[in-house]
Amino acid sequence: MTEETTELVLPSRIESIAQAADEAAKVVRRAGLSSDAAFGVDMAVREAVTNAVLHGNRQDETKTVEVEFRSSSRQLVIIVRDQGAGFDLDEIADPTDAQNLLKTSGRGILFMRTFMDEVEWSQHPEGGTVVRMTKKNN
Amino acid sequence: MAELNIKERQAGDVVILDMGGRITIGEGSVTLRTAIRRLLEEGKKRILLNLAGVGYIDSSGIGELVSSYTAIGKEGGQLKLLNLTQKLQDLLAITKLLTVFDVYESETEALNSYK
Repeated sequence: MTEETTELVLPSRIESIAQAADEAAKVVRRAGLSSDAAFGVDMAVREAVTNAVLHGNRQDETKTVEVEFRSSSRQLVIIVRDQGAGFDLDEIADPTDAQNLLKTSGRGILFMRTFMDEVEWSQHPEGGTVVRMTKKNN
Repeated sequence: MAELNIKERQAGDVVILDMGGRITIGEGSVTLRTAIRRLLEEGKKRILLNLAGVGYIDSSGIGELVSSYTAIGKEGGQLKLLNLTQKLQDLLAITKLLTVFDVYESETEALNSYK
């Protein structure tokens, strides 16, 4: 299978999360991933786009969230970019620490890391945070 | 169709919420929050969430479960969970929330635990 790329540019609103997940489901189907992998990709895409909409762009609808799916026979790579100010990964509290268990937020990154094989964050040279997530096609 | 449907029934002084659908950011989370707030306003503090029909939950939905748990606890009540799907059980294990929530597979056992 040659590499297939799908790109979305979404407004910074809650509805965009489901829109990105719907597109992810189509990509996953075409790639023939297992149902477990499909669940993980769905969860990771929702969490990454949630972070981009809420924390990156702070629901500012003048800002967009870009989502790119790169699917090949080896792997599915998902790249989500926001236009926010960025964040320091080291300052994100571990939600599984006893003192954080009753916090109502902060579990999205844990799910992204749990369900994807690789997750990396970077700053885009033109601004915004980029998260790149990889699911290997075993 | 609503993202999350909730049907309420009473067993003694315990309110059971039979839930079906998805608890995700936006509508699903808000529906749960609204239901819990209403019960607390009515003085109903012993609440059992039957999650058998909940096929999907995201981190926001899990946050809403935690928020419900603490809100009910602050009022001197108890929130317990019944009939978790395997996926939800996995998510609660990953987040270590299985150590926080009281979880049951049998409604009778769950109801007896409030006594």
